[in-house]
Order: sequence, then structure tokens, then C-alpha cells
Amino acid sequence: MRRRPIPEPVLRELADRAAAAGLSRRSFLGLLGAAGGAAALSACGQDSGTTATPGGVRWGNWPFYLDVDDAGHHPTLEQFQKKTGVPVTYMEDVEDCDAFFAKVRGPLAAGQDIGYDVVTLTDWMAERWVSQGYTQAVRRDQMPNTKNIMKSLASADYDPDRSHTVPWQAGLSGIAWRWDKVPNGLNSLDDLWAPELAGHVEVLSEFTSTIALALWATDVDPSSPWQSDQFEVALEYVAQHYRSGHLRGMKGNGIVDDLANKDGDIWAIVSYSGDIFQANQEEKADPKDPDPFGFAVPEAGGVIWADHFMVPKASTEVDAVQKLINFYYDPAVAAEVAAYVNYITPVVGAQEAMEKIASGLASDPLIFPDEDTLNRCPLVRGFSLDEYVDYTDRFHTALTPTDGRVTSTSTATPTPSPTTPTPTPTTATPTPTRAATQTPTPTQTPTPTQTPSPTRTRQTQAPPPADDE
Amino acid sequence: MSLLAGLGGGGAGTAAAPKTQARSGHHWWLVGPGLVYLVLFFVLPVGVMLVTSLYVRQTGAEVGDYTPALHWQNYGVALESFWRQLVRSLGFAGVATLVALAIGYPMAYAIAVRARHRKLLQGLLLVLVIAPFFTSFILRTIAWKQILADDAPVVHLLKAVHVLPPDGRLTATSFVVVCGLVYNFLPFMVLPIYANLERLDPRMLEAGADLYASPFTTFRKVTFPLSMPGVVSGTLLVFIPASGDYVNSSLLGNPDTVMIGQVVDQRFTKLLDYPTAASLSAILMVIILALVITYVRRSGTEELL
Repeated sequence: MRRRPIPEPVLRELADRAAAAGLSRRSFLGLLGAAGGAAALSACGQDSGTTATPGGVRWGNWPFYLDVDDAGHHPTLEQFQKKTGVPVTYMEDVEDCDAFFAKVRGPLAAGQDIGYDVVTLTDWMAERWVSQGYTQAVRRDQMPNTKNIMKSLASADYDPDRSHTVPWQAGLSGIAWRWDKVPNGLNSLDDLWAPELAGHVEVLSEFTSTIALALWATDVDPSSPWQSDQFEVALEYVAQHYRSGHLRGMKGNGIVDDLANKDGDIWAIVSYSGDIFQANQEEKADPKDPDPFGFAVPEAGGVIWADHFMVPKASTEVDAVQKLINFYYDPAVAAEVAAYVNYITPVVGAQEAMEKIASGLASDPLIFPDEDTLNRCPLVRGFSLDEYVDYTDRFHTALTPTDGRVTSTSTATPTPSPTTPTPTPTTATPTPTRAATQTPTPTQTPTPTQTPSPTRTRQTQAPPPADDE
Repeated sequence: MSLLAGLGGGGAGTAAAPKTQARSGHHWWLVGPGLVYLVLFFVLPVGVMLVTSLYVRQTGAEVGDYTPALHWQNYGVALESFWRQLVRSLGFAGVATLVALAIGYPMAYAIAVRARHRKLLQGLLLVLVIAPFFTSFILRTIAWKQILADDAPVVHLLKAVHVLPPDGRLTATSFVVVCGLVYNFLPFMVLPIYANLERLDPRMLEAGADLYASPFTTFRKVTFPLSMPGVVSGTLLVFIPASGDYVNSSLLGNPDTVMIGQVVDQRFTKLLDYPTAASLSAILMVIILALVITYVRRSGTEELL
């Protein structure tokens, strides 16, 4: 979920090196495609996690997710080390939340050192860490700058006071397109299914984003306590276009490269805001040129997501990490980072600070979305572990077409019945508490009048409601 | 490896056993390192895979956390959910193997027999066969993706000559996935056949001609049977990796071309669903083993392997 959209580990490795050599990711990929040749590929082992240095911070982050200069230094990080004297080992080790988790799961669950004092992982993974007790609390009173935290991210149902998870960067999930192929732009997820786009559409393989937008498109607020039935409807909303061939594929972080690729295969995608911003910057020969790509939060709504600072249970460096977080919540520093990473900074005041360093960026709606946009983009509701396993399984199974779970009979009712209550469009209201979503009881069914979907899978088989004749 | 050992067991064991065994126990020292290697890096991992395939996730357990069990249902669920991808993989691999044979045999024949007396040309042609390996497999496939893209000249040309319909395309079709498989595994077909034909005694062909056989009959009755070991190893070297391949389909395909390797990769790395990934791998292994044994028995080349 963020920049660094290259699918294969070997390629990523190459791209990282190319980046170190001063090539942008896109020009690197272009080069790859054009020449088709490159140096020998060495399957270098990735260095991950190091042993602790007392008083220092080992930070595991996503690649390209911190300001960097041409020499490969991170100016803000050096500023921090100079200012506080805390040495930081910065490791760009997170390529994929699941893969990263798989790597550290053993020691993490056993309460041992995982080689990092702070990691920055995405909402749903952050929730898992918090609910499983893998994190330790940070003291907000030790980090006075965190009062600057953006309102829509100041609380999450799994961490109401953000004492275990502090947002690092955020972004919006929405729809994006090529202006040259889609001159009228797109307004809603339904526009993706226009006949003239057939075979040129891709969606994110990260199910929380794709399903969240599909939930909106099927009149469900993704931050509300939606349940298996609504999930199935939203899934079917997407899956039918898989079976018809309208969707060309499903991609992870590499999806923007597909859109930006001049080969003309992909014209419209489900995407993250920051990726589109970067793609626009990279594709334009002159900053004054019109943007080649458009991005919009669908009319029905989008979602916001964030990556969060978390301190693993076994780390002994909470104090140093607190200093680090406090430093990055200084609006001037946050602006400097935002000017490089181009995602949404969770730090209020960064916009004003940005005016001073890059006024063009301060008015960019993709970096500083307006109040209205933010109100239309809530956080997706949290999942219990069982829900997560169930939903990812169904999502990935349905979108690798089989006759298994998503059967042809289900195409008959892809849209919700008219009796389904529509959630209120005001999405800025606080989301329900974790307890409510985690332990669904029979009395807590959110849409009592909804008919059971015929596509229920074996995991969700439940007796039909009594009033269902 | 165990496959070849098992296959060889029938033929080699009977013929060579008495003499070598009479000599001494020294051969164990020679076999030792290989055996240790095999046990450590093949037998043990396969064992772990088989055990993992029976694990089960407890309700509420951490993602990726499984409890040892004898949950045979994993196999049923895996087959029920992904039999299409399994069948498709075997189908793609089978077609790719046949096409690779059709393309590769004449290539190998030309290099080994026709270019036999022009050593420089022969060397050059061999280098051309191997040259693609100097570049990464993935990069080459990405290059294909670019060359065959919707807005690329190839597609425009094919549309202009009405081979492709106006809204047709090449990438994201099974056709191109199979082409990618053929392209990427072709050298594995050419080289074993070449190695075999290279030793072909031209006097055999002369003898065929002397006995009034037409060139085609000579090929059918002499050349081809003599090259069978090469053909068998070539087809195996193409079919086995092709059926487990996931790169070609992920880069060149679409949801309708998903192969079993992609499913296993996704289950393992993305969903941390180790039991399903393991049972799918086990199923694939058993199917390939069965197919290969049948094939080798049928082609009657056990002793030549």
C-alpha cells in the first residue's frame, strides 16, 4: 500500500539499486522494457533487522517512504540524529505487510526481539499487532507534537487514543485513469465498467481497498459494521467483471506502473492517491504540462488508510522512538517528508509549512485533500483475525475464477435488494467500537431485512433468518 | 530426483548389481554426499510439506498459525477450489511441451546433423539457443509483455492484416501464456535432443538409404527412435517446470489463465495459507509423478534415462 509498486522480489532488488543510482523507478522500468536486458541478477539476501544498539532506534519502513537526497541520505533523519543524538538504523525492509509479518511472526509472538524498535505498518496489520498484544504503548505526553494529529486519524476502533499506533503517512484509495484514453474522466466505480473500457481495467489485489470501494458502490459504508453478506455482495460486484473479462487483472503495488506503461493495456485502475501523484510527477517532462493521469474519490465514497509507527513488544528503546515520533510530528519536518513521499501527512500544520518550501504542493488536493474529501473517506472498519482470514480467502478465491465459491447462480442478484437500508452518507461520525464488530451476536445483525445471499460460502453458512419465508 | 531413482530402479538395478556389489562397500562413500544432500534438501522439505498440508487453523488463531493435525479435508477443499487452475496448468504445460518439441526438434536436428561439418556455425547456433539465459527469465517475459502490448506494433500489424479482430489483443490471453512458456523453456527441449542427435552415426542413415528407405522412412525408423532419450528428457524438462510455472501467467495472462503455481504462491506468501499451498503442491507433485512414470514406461526408454 504505498509507493514501490514492483511485483517481483528480484525486480524490486534491481529497482532499488537503480534508485540508488539515481534512476527513477519508472524510467528504470522503461529501460528494462526497452532494452530487455540488464545485468546479471543476483538473489541477494535482504538484510532485515539488526541487533540493538543501546539508546538507538532500528526503524523498519517501506522503501521510498522517507525523504532522500541524491547521495542517498535522508535529510530529516540526519537532522533528527544531530538534534537528539539518537542514532537511527533505517531499514527499507517492508515490501509487503503479509510477507513482513510472516518474517517476524515467530519472535514477535514469542515476545523476543524482532530486530526493529519501530515499524510502520498498515491499518489492518496494525490492528492485528495491537489486538494480539505485540506492541507496547508509547506515551503521548512524551510526544507533545502529536497533538497535531489529523482529526480523521486521531482515533481508530482498535486503538482509540492512539497509544500503540501513531500514523506515519496516510493515503486515499480511489479510482485513477489515463487522460489520453479516458478523456472524460471517471466519477464512480460504476464508470469502470463502461463498455469502452472493457479489458483495460485493473483493481488492487489488496482487498481492503478494492472491497471498500465496492462496498460504497453497493451502498454500504465500509466503516460501518458490515457483515459477511454485504461483503459477498461487494465481492460479487467486482467478481462478475472478472468472469466477463472486463477486468484484465488484479495487481498489488505494481498497478500504477501498469497504468503508466505506454503500452496501452491498462486505462483505468483502483489506486492509491500518492501513487498517482508520483506517476504524474514522473511522467511530465515539464511541471507545467497537464497531468497524464487523473485520480478521484468515487462519488459514493473512498477510504483513507494509514501506516502507523508501532513499537514491538520486546524493544527496549521506547524513549528513543518517542523522540523520533515527536520529531516527525513537527509540521515543518512533516512538510519536508510530504514533499518527497507525496502521500497525505497526518500532521496538521504541514500545509502551512509546505507553503514555505514548495507552495505548489501545498495546494495539491492529493497531498492535502480538502475537508469534504476527507469526510467522504473514512477508515475501513477493523477485522478480527477470523474475519481477515475468511475475507482474504474469499476475495482471492473469487478473483481467480473457479466454479468454487462464486458460482454463476450468484450473478442473478449482484446488487443489494431495494429493502436493504442505505447507511447514512455522513461518514465522519465515529466508527463503532471494536467490541461491537468483533463479536457479532444474533441480535446485532446490521441489516435485519436483508435476504441471505445465495453465494454464502461454507465458512459463513448460517441459518436463515426466521422471517425469511 | 527420487523420480529418476525410482524409474531407474527397474532397469539399472538388475543389470549392474552383481558386479559392483561384489567389489566393496566403497560406493557408499561416493554416494554419501549426494544422499545427504538429497535427504537434507529434498526428502526433509517434502516431508515437512506433506505434514504441513494436514495442519488446521484454530478459530481465533493468529494468521499463519496452524495446529498439527490430520486434516485430510485440506486436500478436498484445495481440489474443489482450484481444480480448474490445476487442469489448466497441466493443459498449458502439455501444449507448450508439444509446441516446443515441434519447434525444438528441427532446430536440434539442424544444429546437430546439418551443421555438423561447419563447427563455427554449429557453435554459433548453440550460443544462440543458450543466449536468452544470459538475461533474467523475468526480464525476458516483461519484454514480451511490452512487445505484445495492445498499443505495440505487433498487435497493430496483426489487426491490419485481420488476423486479430479490431478489439482483439495478445496479452492477457492463454495463447500468449503458452507462447511464453514455449519460449522460456525451448532451450530445455533443444539441448538434450541436440546432445543425442550429435552422436547420430551418419552411416545409419546411409544404411537406411541403401535399404531403399525414403528419407522420411529413415527418419521415422532410424533417426527418431535413436533420439528418443533426448526427446524424453527434453519433454520432461519442459513439461515439469512449465506445469509449475507462475511467472508467464502472472505477467502475460489474466484471471482466466491463472496457473496452479500462482495459486500456490498467492496462498503461501499473501494469505499465509500454508496448508492449502502445501496440499496443492503435493497434489501437483503426485499428478506429475504419475504422468511422467506412465509416459516413460510407454515410450520404453527406462533404461536410457
